[in-house]
Amino acid sequence: MPESAPILEVHNLVKQYSSVTAVDGVSFAVPEGVCFGLLGPNGAGKTTTIEIMEGILPPTAGEVRYRGEPVGARFREEAGILFQKTALQDFLTVHQSVALFRGLYERGLDVDEVLELCALEKLANRDNRKLSGGQQQRLLLAIALVNDPTVLFLDEPTTGLDPQARRNFWELVESIKARRKTIILTTHYMEEAQLLCDEIAIMDRGRIIAQGAPQRLLREHFAEVLLELPRHEFPEIARGLPLKLIEASDRVEISTHDLDGTLRTLIEAEVPLRNLRIRPANLEDLFLDLTGKDLRA
Amino acid sequence: MMKRLLAVWHARNLEFLRDRPTLLFTLLLPVGIVIGMGIIFGGPPRPLFTVGVLGTRIDTRANAFLHERYVRFVPIHDESAGLHEVTHQRIDLLVDVHGPIRYWVNTDSPKGYIIEKLLIAADPGAQRQPVTGQAIPYVDWLFPGILAMNMMFSCLFGVGYVVLRYRKSGFLKRLHATPLTAFEFLTAQVLSRLSLIVFVTVVLYVGIGAIIHFHSAGSIALLLLLAIIGSLSMIALGLTIAARFSSEELVGGLLNLLTWPMMLLSGVWFSVAGSPRWVQWVADIFPLTQVIQAARAVMLDGAGIERIMPNLIYLAATTLVFLLFGAWSFRWRVD
Repeated sequence: MPESAPILEVHNLVKQYSSVTAVDGVSFAVPEGVCFGLLGPNGAGKTTTIEIMEGILPPTAGEVRYRGEPVGARFREEAGILFQKTALQDFLTVHQSVALFRGLYERGLDVDEVLELCALEKLANRDNRKLSGGQQQRLLLAIALVNDPTVLFLDEPTTGLDPQARRNFWELVESIKARRKTIILTTHYMEEAQLLCDEIAIMDRGRIIAQGAPQRLLREHFAEVLLELPRHEFPEIARGLPLKLIEASDRVEISTHDLDGTLRTLIEAEVPLRNLRIRPANLEDLFLDLTGKDLRA
Repeated sequence: MMKRLLAVWHARNLEFLRDRPTLLFTLLLPVGIVIGMGIIFGGPPRPLFTVGVLGTRIDTRANAFLHERYVRFVPIHDESAGLHEVTHQRIDLLVDVHGPIRYWVNTDSPKGYIIEKLLIAADPGAQRQPVTGQAIPYVDWLFPGILAMNMMFSCLFGVGYVVLRYRKSGFLKRLHATPLTAFEFLTAQVLSRLSLIVFVTVVLYVGIGAIIHFHSAGSIALLLLLAIIGSLSMIALGLTIAARFSSEELVGGLLNLLTWPMMLLSGVWFSVAGSPRWVQWVADIFPLTQVIQAARAVMLDGAGIERIMPNLIYLAATTLVFLLFGAWSFRWRVD
């Protein structure tokens, strides 16, 4: 993807809560028109970082710049936000809920247009409390899009959705990407990040531990394939073998370019292979490799 | 079942104990009430009746009636002012002890009826004087207070709890991510509630007025203006309370802390004219007192805008102060 001027820049961001440092010196830049993913486990500092970027939380130190200027009135007009958890005003229909937020912006899309974009036309007159989880998220996305934002923040948008609703939501995000919107996405679903993000930053304990395009990061950290074995079936003696081992809580992963040679080594060491899995590395493996712990532990 | 019950009981206790402002408030409120009641109602026995005596000072030798116990005698130098007070039941009787004793009593006043008996027992020759001007039945005197009190509850609780719920549900946080400012949000809440309250007050005025056959002596348009400005002030006060906190217990307690003194001291049920001066000063601070005073002046005395202008200015000024303070202290999200 060609480099473009950053639409958002984060400089040395710190957020301190009494004795806890939620964000610890985070810096990155987001080029215009990309989908930028902030990845990490719960408590990594993703939501705090994104809420500081949104202007919802004040930082303890550091700054966020939007188009080269501190986040201010222009940013609020041009940003669309979908929080991890949002309640809407009771007793409003879907159409009325979107119309309420449309009224808060100077410019934006027509309410019916947004409803159509988010596949909500048929639900326009339904009470917003009577929507399913997936429909509710689509409504919140419609609200985030109502001002036709240049930058869209999606904080864990598919958490709690069933697989079908999640895939539907991904399709919606893909269609928004096609409109050249800049998207900042936080998630702990690696599949989601791999599918949607052009660039990612992996966070752990308030710090960024890796950043770049997902495929490039995987190429840099892993060989061609990963072999995965249950931890309790991996003999202690085999840990001394000349292999690149990655220890997870319930499994042992082996990264290798030479699948045949590695398999021979394991057979010679009498490692049970009946539950062996061979697969390409993913972002979850990358997190494990970088931190020594499972993403969802 | 008991295990689950105890687990929930324990968790709730922890929640309550860790909510420091609410805990502090819960502990301090009863202490404050006890101290306040002691100050207001403690001390020597209170007089049961208030009698106005025409003149600049009271000479107790002038008549045996002036020695009655449990009666507070207050000098009133102007006869027309005294008649106004007795008509409005701010005093129970007005007497003139210069020469043969004369007295004025409001025939609709229960306390006036009893104190008249005491006067006649002390001085059978006392001459009853007709009260000039229309006597005001208690229900008519009460009516403006009831309307204003209803407005107060609707303003304070209706707005306070709604804002609190918005904050707790995260709806305010979502609004914060838009160009909406705190002042805009608060003003929108004020105006939304205002239209509802004015509508309800008009319905109550017409409905109850028809039942008790009440007719305002003053301008209906002026009453409407008063209802609007009075509501604005009390809604803004409610928003000020809800602007910052996220605890239902704390906000509920603070709203009660405001409504109870207002209900008792603003003259809804009885006049506070006989209360210590400082109690009247405290009462005058409350927007409800200003609304009731002005409403009674318009509805009972037919007062024009000039007479209630100080009340209107006070209410408008407090609206602005409460709104500005509310916007300054406003929190969009739960801390």
